[in-house]
Amino acid sequence: MNTVQPTSPIELVDYDEAISRFDPVLGIEVHVELGTATKMFDGAPNIFAAEPNTAITPTSLGLPGSLPVVNAKAVEYAIRIGLALNCSIAENCRFARKQYFYPDLTKNFQTSQYDEPIAHDGWVDVELEDGEIVRVEIERAHMEEDAGKNTHVGGATGRIHGATHSQVDYNRAGVPLVEIVTKPIPDTEGRAPEVAAAYVRTLRDIFRALDVSEARMERGNVRADINVSLRENADAPLGTRSETKNVNSFRSIDRTVRYEISRHAGVLDAGGSVVQETRHFHEDTGGTSSGRPKSDAEDYRYFPEPDLVPLAPSREWVEQIRAALPELPAARRRRLKGEWGLTDLEMRDVVNADALDLIESTVDAGTSAQSARKWWMGELARVAKDREVELEELEITPAQVAELQGLVDAKKINDKIAKQVLTKVLEGQGNPTAIVESEGLAVVSDDSVLTGAVDQAIADNPDVVAKIQGGKVQAVGALIGPIMKATRGQADAGRVREIIMDKLGVN
Amino acid sequence: MSASTRTSDIIRHSAATQAAALEAGEVSSEELTRAHFGRIAAVDGELNAFLHLNQDEALTTARDVDARRAAGEELHGLAGVPIAVKDVVVTEGQPTTAGSKILQGWIPPYDATLVRALRKAGLPILGKTNMDEFAMGSSTESSAYGPTRNPWDRDRIPGGSGGGSAAAVGSYEAPLAIGTDTGGSIRQPGAVTGTVGVKPTYGSVSRYGLIAMASSLDQAGPVTRTVEDSALLHELIAGHDPHDSTSLPDPVADLTAAARSQDVKGLRIGVIEELEGEGFAPEVRARFTESLDQLERAGAEIVRVTCPNFTYALGAYYLIMPSEASSNLAKFDGMRFGLRVIPEDHPTAENVMKATRGAGFGDEVKRRILLGTYALSAGYYDAYYGSAQKVRTLVQRDFAAAFEQVDVLASPTSPTVAFRLGEKIDDPTAMYMNDIATIPANLAGTPGISVPSGLAEDGLPAGIQFLAPARADARLYRVGGALEALLEDSWGGPLLAKAPELTNGAQR
Repeated sequence: MNTVQPTSPIELVDYDEAISRFDPVLGIEVHVELGTATKMFDGAPNIFAAEPNTAITPTSLGLPGSLPVVNAKAVEYAIRIGLALNCSIAENCRFARKQYFYPDLTKNFQTSQYDEPIAHDGWVDVELEDGEIVRVEIERAHMEEDAGKNTHVGGATGRIHGATHSQVDYNRAGVPLVEIVTKPIPDTEGRAPEVAAAYVRTLRDIFRALDVSEARMERGNVRADINVSLRENADAPLGTRSETKNVNSFRSIDRTVRYEISRHAGVLDAGGSVVQETRHFHEDTGGTSSGRPKSDAEDYRYFPEPDLVPLAPSREWVEQIRAALPELPAARRRRLKGEWGLTDLEMRDVVNADALDLIESTVDAGTSAQSARKWWMGELARVAKDREVELEELEITPAQVAELQGLVDAKKINDKIAKQVLTKVLEGQGNPTAIVESEGLAVVSDDSVLTGAVDQAIADNPDVVAKIQGGKVQAVGALIGPIMKATRGQADAGRVREIIMDKLGVN
Repeated sequence: MSASTRTSDIIRHSAATQAAALEAGEVSSEELTRAHFGRIAAVDGELNAFLHLNQDEALTTARDVDARRAAGEELHGLAGVPIAVKDVVVTEGQPTTAGSKILQGWIPPYDATLVRALRKAGLPILGKTNMDEFAMGSSTESSAYGPTRNPWDRDRIPGGSGGGSAAAVGSYEAPLAIGTDTGGSIRQPGAVTGTVGVKPTYGSVSRYGLIAMASSLDQAGPVTRTVEDSALLHELIAGHDPHDSTSLPDPVADLTAAARSQDVKGLRIGVIEELEGEGFAPEVRARFTESLDQLERAGAEIVRVTCPNFTYALGAYYLIMPSEASSNLAKFDGMRFGLRVIPEDHPTAENVMKATRGAGFGDEVKRRILLGTYALSAGYYDAYYGSAQKVRTLVQRDFAAAFEQVDVLASPTSPTVAFRLGEKIDDPTAMYMNDIATIPANLAGTPGISVPSGLAEDGLPAGIQFLAPARADARLYRVGGALEALLEDSWGGPLLAKAPELTNGAQR
């Protein structure tokens, strides 16, 4: 095993300069935790955030005598992912043991797929901000199990260094994973950071559409290992890569790639050579630091898992799964954009805000696409931002939004009241119609009420009346304002205007 | 058995006879179980066959069976007959050590599938039997808890790794025992203790709850005093287990009927040329030949067959087995169960693992972990593990070709009678040679049986092995049962009756 190189400070090269002189090549490994009911190789529940070491069986603890059995649902999910990524599904594949020692690994080997993955040779189209499409080629997608989770206690940083002891929670041990490995991604033309983030976002959206995972980045359901290498030009052989482990937000992925390109360029400029190693990304600085060296000498002593019989997914089964695949995000976006008549820019905002599902459900509940979009991308987006939550976490359903818009469309309430009602719905006071009724918020268009208010306003504002009668019709607003105030905003403004005009004889 | 038979005698009968006595109400399971514990108390000090006794629980099971029988409940044929279980099989609430210090004091929180079957059928589990550490050995000398001694001669080994199970059955401590056979660990101890041992078809008895040595080779099976008893126990523990991916879906055949059929007319028996020559003791070969003569006289046809790749089987086995073992034993690291040794300085996770494994594993285990780690290493994988797997395929082809000509194959089970304690402990290669005849069946996944063939050198028992194609275990019982009857006729009773009485176990 190599020793860690002494880390001398490296001059980072400005990103734009780096990409003007070097050709970056990306390689991305994405792990997704599958949302199966039970674990990859045993019947322990696959749940998040349970009490430590409660979601376990002898097998997920690796107790002596325990044996794995493959979770058929996980295989189905892996095939679903493979098909969605345009991969070939292996007719025969098997598991292997990847051996290394670590306390979070119950058997001190990880049961994974090595030379015979379940899916291989596919591709996925990734759409960038400006609508440009980059095709990313997939080398393989294989199944494996997650490890447990170590917590290091007693140190200042929570890291292993300086800790007095460590605690291990094996609830995650054996959770099914699919790892998707790209072929080298060249020719990103200066947009490598964006391509990397957009690729992972594309996969995340596909996982959700396939219903194989909640795919929550912040929970670690989706984790990306980002490989970056530089070469002098597109014809040169691939440079030495670094692998930044477990990057789990789109922004961090972008920053990782950006930083590594600048760092590699700095190393190469200084006449050094990039070390093949794993690195860690630091949210606070936006930089990466060296982990352990990952030289070719690392030896996992892979061999076929003798406790599991090989898998041979029948072609009928694969075709059944293919036939049942849902509409995938790219196709769905194209369809919805057409159906909704949104511009590219509007559509991209909707996608970026993860509001597609919410808007579609709102439309399905009987609202126009533009109205649904306005609610979710306008008032509700503001509230979510204020509360620092995701749109889908707001205490309001698409059906309630549709109901609210329905009241507006039926002129039961106006836009201003609608916002008040929205606030009350978000406070959990009930459905819009009920709120409007119980609070008496419906628009007042009863002439007997409105006429009295108009008479009062005319009496109170002789100068405004004079202006209007003198031809300055736009001054009518100065009369409407107090009327709205007097009716707590509930007056039907159009009707009020008509009554004023009638009374003043201006038409 | 006559009604006048005394309880102290009943333990010397077969499990089937004991079961019949229970059924007839001549003895209760509690009496029978107590009688076995009495025998263990009298002789196990000399033998060290048991690592752990389970008296309270066994008697509870026995009383429960007695009560159910009294209530007229229909019970399993072996209900109430005690059994001993090799300590590599996990038993909920009872210690399981696999003969290793690294698991000293470990109480498993679950039962192996086969143990569940035993409990469900109402067999009182007497205790856990001694074995070579992690089933690595051919003599039971590498147990961390001291060697087991051969009931025929206490200066001799009882075979291995299942020497404890074989000695317990051979010395009337238990009528039935469970063994595991990775390279012959049921059959070879059977041969050198004068008992019957069966390695079933790979996958026919669940491995769930067997502490793995080499997953693709391990197989649990019966150790008994008669072929019929093995058939009864085999039928009880076999069957599909959804917890074991390699478990076969097949229904269990009627093995007991095969054992009782006593009919070998027209049966073609192949004598494996490669397994009777150099290295096989003359008297062991003589008993083998006499056994074949008996079978031929009873109507079997004896055919010579050649299995040329069996010559390489031992070499392939000693690459595949340690490779898998090195991986299977990686979990013994002091983190989750068993021994944990914390070094004084730098008690990092890695150093705790090192210290625990250093203190917890014996020499033979360390030797095999090192061999296996080396054989799987990058750059050596193809030359060692890869080549060994190719030999494995060739051995399977040899079997397939041979079974086109014959119904079963035969060879001496072990090249020699039991050797003396300490004789081969410092010569691993000589030790490994003991399994030369048994290993091919493990590489091929095919079943095998060892039955006593008579007394050879020094008046010690020898065994004959029969092998059948995968899933054709019934053939083994047919030929084994027939031979046993023929030989017992010529001996005037079971071979075990010729064993010298143990010094302190005077009550005969």
